[in-house]
Amino acid sequence: MAITLTHTAANRVETFLANRGKGLGLRLGVKTTGCSGMAYTLEFVDSLNEEDTIFESNGVKIIVDPKSLVYIDGTELDFTKEGLNEGFKFINPNVKDECGCGESFTV
Amino acid sequence: MALLQISEPGMSAAPHQHKLAVGIDLGTTNSLVATVRSGLSHVLGDEHGHTLLPSVVHYAENRMIVVGTEAQKKQNSDPHNTIVSVKRFMGRGIKDIDATQLPYHFAEQAGMLQIETRAGIKSPVEVSAEILKVLKARAEQALGGALIGAVITVPAYFDDAQRQATKDAARLAGLNVLRLLNEPTAAAVAYGLDNASEGVYVIYDLGGGTFDVSILQLSKGVFEVLATNGDSALGGDDFDHRIYCWILETAKLSPRNAHDTRLLMSKSREAKEWLTAHAETQISCLMSDGEFVNLTISCEQFTALTANLVQKTISPIRKALRDAGLTIENIDGVVMVGGATRMPQIQQVVAEYFKQTPLTNLDPDKVVALGAAIQANVLAGNKSDDELLLLDVIPLSLGLETFGGLAEKVIHRNSTLPVARAQEFTTYKDGQTAMSIHVVQGERELVSDCRSLARFELRGIPPMVAGAARIRVTFTVDADGLLSVSAREISSNVEAHIAVKPSYGLSEDEITNMLKASFNSAEADKSARMLTEARVSAGAIISAVNAALEADSALINKDQVSAIQDEIQRLAAICATDDTDAIHAGVETLNHATEEFAAVRMNASVSRALAGKALDEIKL
Repeated sequence: MAITLTHTAANRVETFLANRGKGLGLRLGVKTTGCSGMAYTLEFVDSLNEEDTIFESNGVKIIVDPKSLVYIDGTELDFTKEGLNEGFKFINPNVKDECGCGESFTV
Repeated sequence: MALLQISEPGMSAAPHQHKLAVGIDLGTTNSLVATVRSGLSHVLGDEHGHTLLPSVVHYAENRMIVVGTEAQKKQNSDPHNTIVSVKRFMGRGIKDIDATQLPYHFAEQAGMLQIETRAGIKSPVEVSAEILKVLKARAEQALGGALIGAVITVPAYFDDAQRQATKDAARLAGLNVLRLLNEPTAAAVAYGLDNASEGVYVIYDLGGGTFDVSILQLSKGVFEVLATNGDSALGGDDFDHRIYCWILETAKLSPRNAHDTRLLMSKSREAKEWLTAHAETQISCLMSDGEFVNLTISCEQFTALTANLVQKTISPIRKALRDAGLTIENIDGVVMVGGATRMPQIQQVVAEYFKQTPLTNLDPDKVVALGAAIQANVLAGNKSDDELLLLDVIPLSLGLETFGGLAEKVIHRNSTLPVARAQEFTTYKDGQTAMSIHVVQGERELVSDCRSLARFELRGIPPMVAGAARIRVTFTVDADGLLSVSAREISSNVEAHIAVKPSYGLSEDEITNMLKASFNSAEADKSARMLTEARVSAGAIISAVNAALEADSALINKDQVSAIQDEIQRLAAICATDDTDAIHAGVETLNHATEEFAAVRMNASVSRALAGKALDEIKL
């Protein structure tokens, strides 16, 4: 399995990285918090940790730590618009249930 | 599911705790709201994708408050109730403005002027709050959550009263002001000039109706405004007007009626915008008297027509440079702000004057809002701590009145906040036991030319010969820019102090009342909403019953049909009233009256479904 980005998501990430002027790629992760158990994190990466796994999708490096990987392996990250709002969306096959707003989930 | 943004390393927000913050450019002509998402600052648009919100507020006949493009359309038909360029009135009194040129009915009031509208007497603070409310709603919709705060930009030359008025407008709109930021500083931030350690920059801001030039000095992360100058009656609109005059002259048109004037003005504006990127353009339009205008204007002609307008911007620059004690060789960069700076002839003249290419790669309409958003993002805590925070400076010197009506400055302008300074004063008469302290703000030498902020008295000074008392006056300005002044006689330790709130005629109580009024109108808004909802549901049931009658009225007798029809008419009549409860009751009654009819229809449809079928054909 792997982590992938859709074309749109990859384009956006490249724009954001170029605008930021630095950064190796994008870190996807989970942290145990939120109303439904776990929440996604999405951050720029300036330095790698030894245990990180690195994927590459549509030209963008995706960095995941092993603890997070078990929860999000197989995830596709998309960039979408909903009304006036826009942002990244995790399409995670491991999710069983999420809270009403979808900001946290359980596996 | 919720949409996520990319955070800085280690700065991911917990769910439901996004620190959403925006930057707002509350402009004279247009206002914008911007935010930083995934590290990128961008301006938020409305549902049609328009980013500029015209700063126009219209108080409509149906008690609705309309803001933006729709309000702008009312400007000609209903000028008294359509407030444009309210920013010019913020924190000002009637004597500060030329009221004869404006269509509004101004109300006499101590301090800040007020405008009489259909919706009652409105202060500029309330009008601005309406604009801010629209931007706030747009931001919350686009970001999917409540804002923790906003950075709002103000012109560098705004004094304390104007700044306080802006803050109060934000409060009325339900926005938490993280900071007020000078517009030129915001523009510099948008261009990332704050990332350098030192530099002197010129911000050339030519908007729709105003021209401002500011000279900023950056040192150790602090932008100081060295000088500002400008022309409050020069802007992009004047360039449109030049083309308009040229059309009248070239086409030998007689003076036009209002409709033709508006048409020609909008054609002129289109021509100006087209000439930004093209060598020539055609102007063709049909006048109301059937005359047809068809002209071609080239870029050279336009440049020649407007050369003296462009030149008019140079003298404020010269004055600002002189005030700052600088020459063009000291300038490290020139930032262009305002839609009118898109015009190539302006960029060219500015480039020639400063002997360098001005910064134009960001959209000049958006650059101030973009910079404000970057600052808001830092203040909201979305950046790591090592990011330098811009510091605020005091825009005008603070001091007190001394003998002879002279202003003695205690805190000089451009001091960074927070700041505290003390100075010693003494008595000028033998046996003087009290001293009146008059706090003033401004750069001028005479108290009468400065703005009076507060007065208080220090009493109980032991009688001494003139000049023997030592009275220490301390000025403290906190991080929010609020001033408190204390005075202490050193030998006797008598003390007095005052917290100064810049006043412009609206007291704290009045602001609180306005806030309360907005809560009251929340109740009115809610009942209006319930009324609409009740009407909608009544309408839905009426049309459903009508449809049913049309299809199946044969199932019931004539009396029953007319009874139902009577009920429908009764409900329709109730709907025309404003009584929400009565409408609900009417819906109930109609429901009740049709129960039998509904039962008959149900039976009929069941029998239709079953008719002519053997028992074993029916799937139960």
